Amino acid sequence: MSDQATLPTEPTAAAEAAKDISLARIALRNRGVFWGGAILILIALFAVFGPFFTLDPMELNPTNRLKPPGGAGTFGTDMLGRDVYSRVVSGARVSLIVGLVVAVVAVAVGLFLGLIAGYIRLADALIMRLMDGLMSIPAILLAIALIALSGATLGTVVLAIVIPEIPRVVRLVRSVVLTVREEPYVEAAISAGTRVPTILVRHVLPNTIAPLIVQATYICGSAMLTESILGFLGAGIPPEIPSWGNIMSEGRTFFQLTPWIIFFPGICLAVTVLAVNVVGDGLRDTLDPRIARNMR
Amino acid sequence: MTRYITMRVLSTIPVMILVALFVFLMLRLAPGDPASVIAGDYATAEDVERIREQLGLSDPIVVQFVRWVGSLAQGNLGVSIFSGKPVTELIGQRLEPTLLLALTTITFAVAVAVPLGTLAAFRSGSLIDRFVMLFSVSGFSIPAFVMGYILIYVFAMQLQILPVQGYKSPFTEGIGPFFYHITLPSLTLSVIFIALIARMTRASVIEVLEEDYIRTARAKGQSEFKILMRHGLRNAAVPVVTVIGIGIALLLGGVVVTESVFNIPGLGRLVLDAVLARDYPIIQGLILFFSFIYIFINLLIDLSYTLLDPRIRY
Repeated sequence: MSDQATLPTEPTAAAEAAKDISLARIALRNRGVFWGGAILILIALFAVFGPFFTLDPMELNPTNRLKPPGGAGTFGTDMLGRDVYSRVVSGARVSLIVGLVVAVVAVAVGLFLGLIAGYIRLADALIMRLMDGLMSIPAILLAIALIALSGATLGTVVLAIVIPEIPRVVRLVRSVVLTVREEPYVEAAISAGTRVPTILVRHVLPNTIAPLIVQATYICGSAMLTESILGFLGAGIPPEIPSWGNIMSEGRTFFQLTPWIIFFPGICLAVTVLAVNVVGDGLRDTLDPRIARNMR
Repeated sequence: MTRYITMRVLSTIPVMILVALFVFLMLRLAPGDPASVIAGDYATAEDVERIREQLGLSDPIVVQFVRWVGSLAQGNLGVSIFSGKPVTELIGQRLEPTLLLALTTITFAVAVAVPLGTLAAFRSGSLIDRFVMLFSVSGFSIPAFVMGYILIYVFAMQLQILPVQGYKSPFTEGIGPFFYHITLPSLTLSVIFIALIARMTRASVIEVLEEDYIRTARAKGQSEFKILMRHGLRNAAVPVVTVIGIGIALLLGGVVVTESVFNIPGLGRLVLDAVLARDYPIIQGLILFFSFIYIFINLLIDLSYTLLDPRIRY
């Protein structure tokens, strides 16, 4: 990765693609990436195609309320007689979408701010103080407050989870930029009169990709957890869209009678986040030896 | 040294002002008129007007901010819209359960995680090490409330040795009932904390054990236990203490969830009730309160570095 970037020549599109393929191949040799990835693909298949084969997750069936697993449905039914299995499969979509969207948006915004903070001294102090302030507010509280104010929709929930994640990305990108900007090839580019945006995009940005991929997986996992916590607290995605969080929230009242309403989505969530984190650890070990040494 | 401490203490002021600014702007930047947002869907025009007056929302925004920060500096966090009581008084009433839950959790987590992490580092690559690593990855993957319900199911419903929920104050109802009720919430909350600290302890001790002075200690015949305790753990302390400070943010967030699962009448429940009632002064006050605690604890941790590691001088 960094070898590629030390060459001041422009990497062609073909070379870029070849690099990506080899990175992917190296990463797949890692057991964590392989097995975690396999589980995630399975869950994603369930999320995408599963709802076509289940009952309507919103369909009420008052005669079949609070039935244990095995009888009326694979995972039993909830207090309104809705099929828990159908609801959990449909909730998988929400969790995966929230995880992916939050990871992509947080990385994109964090990358932009981090590049500017790391390279432009004047902006550095301002951006980093802002990030310090943002990091001092506990993420869950910040998210709850944002949602309480703007009303709970899929969009506001995603935004409320993204905002507390941004400072971590900014710090990471900034630290990479600070080391890269001292490298000879960046100095060479400066003395050759390359404009700042070009330097940032062509010489600095490629160095941030590996650590960012790793960070993005962790953000994806933590976003799914936060979504479920918000849903559980009743401050998350509205009940019209079944999510693992709000299914568990609705299962609270009858927990002592029907613990499966919380356990099935809970286990699905834990397995999904575990798979994401295992992939993240594997990617960190293979793609980013610098962090791997510190965290080993 | 004195200069460093002064600078470090002063450096918290801009961060606190920024947090205050965020919290302040959150209400103003929310879509729609903040007064009617607070008043809710069923409010009359008079209700909205009353709230607007109460919050001073008709004044210019800079005036509002300066006035608000001014009253904050005097320790005034505002007045609850619904109960009409000062927010500081409400926080005072709910502080005890949250504080004690946090304290028991930190104590328990550190007592478990530090030895576990050290052992894993000492026997790096062994079965114990793998178990610790597995635990720490899993600990980051299970949401606190699911953990709480698993523990309730096992210990309260199946084994019936601990209560399902509730809180007993050690001051009015005795220390026994207190621990009886706080055990499950504390365990629930400590899982992610143990995962975090054990992982960092392990990484830090592994690094220290490669140092020259460890080889020297071995060469002079020091026992392995003393090497680990006196040379290993002591030199690994700074990153471990740092991660405890970072974990405080997780802990403060986890408190909201745990109190909700176990029905503990603390600050977390106060936040949730305020969110449901849209009692914005309480939400504002509590976010500030939690953030200032986080900033203060991390200030103390920064200052403790010189005590933990005399090599660090400023």
